[in-house]
Amino acid sequence: MTDSNPWLTSQRQGSNLADVLERVLDKGLVIAGDIKICLLDIELLTIKLRLLVASVDKAREMGIDWWEHDPSLSSGGRRPLVAETEQISVPARVEEVPS
Amino acid sequence: MTAPRYAYAVGRVLDPADLAGLVGIDGAEVCQVAHRELAAVVSAAPPDEAALGARLERLDELAVVAEAHHSVVAAVAARTVVVPLRLGTIYRDEDRVRELLRERYEGFEALLARLAGTVEVGVKLYAQDRSPAPAAPGASGRAYLLQLSQRHRRREQEWQEAAAAVERVDTALGAYALDSSRHRPQPAQLSGAAGENVLNAAYLVPAGRLAEFGELAERLALGEPLLRIEVTGPWAPYSFTEPDRGDRT
Repeated sequence: MTDSNPWLTSQRQGSNLADVLERVLDKGLVIAGDIKICLLDIELLTIKLRLLVASVDKAREMGIDWWEHDPSLSSGGRRPLVAETEQISVPARVEEVPS
Repeated sequence: MTAPRYAYAVGRVLDPADLAGLVGIDGAEVCQVAHRELAAVVSAAPPDEAALGARLERLDELAVVAEAHHSVVAAVAARTVVVPLRLGTIYRDEDRVRELLRERYEGFEALLARLAGTVEVGVKLYAQDRSPAPAAPGASGRAYLLQLSQRHRRREQEWQEAAAAVERVDTALGAYALDSSRHRPQPAQLSGAAGENVLNAAYLVPAGRLAEFGELAERLALGEPLLRIEVTGPWAPYSFTEPDRGDRT
């Protein structure tokens, strides 16, 4: 570890959950594991996020607070977001990949 | 060893002290599986893969797992060159991980050689909507429609100017970087950011020139009044792991 190591001197400034998700779900080397877990597409994730069942505090912990700027959602005060996620969620697919 | 292994990244063999205390998904202890100079960074996989798949369908759980994956990758990247792996790569046991390193030895060596001494920097550009909203329909419907159409034309023009500005910034940053990669623009609902995300790019930069690159990006954006910039990083080189990328540089 030298003093010039950029990892030690800079913070992840301005990055949000979306930055992390797009990298770990959409980038990164894809190699065939023995067990393949099909992950949500980023686009689908966005749709789900709009309908997210989450307590406001939980979502805020995650850095998501866009509804506070959305008059159609925040006009009624601090109502918890309503829950439609289960209906649209794609079933988890877990496949064994033959080796 | 027959316990399933979750793999985070492939890099150089580390001093075990560098991994001490590092925890991955579900708090699992992180260790390495080595083959020659290559090491895969792994931990025990969550015991039930079907349950893991179901968990990843829930955004709050996904965020926790993604953050765990990412923090291991970032911690290792701070110590050695790594190829980050996609979230959710699981092997039956350590022997299968070693087999992977043996089979893809040449490919990993080539990637690591290209990525050594580099970091990824994220750059997002946002176009600000500067047109005032039209007044509410008042006495004259005709005046309102006229306002609407003028606003529409102004926005069209702003868009074209913003697109040209994005092109200028991207070209200048691309010329400075070793490589660049585009991500999909982030919907405002996902990021919560103000303005329309018109460029979501990653640049591969020599680690020693990270600060310089950030300053260049900020300076370029200052010269473009229509754009707002966000620079993130350093990131492990997630966006530069395609084996054939080297041909483009």
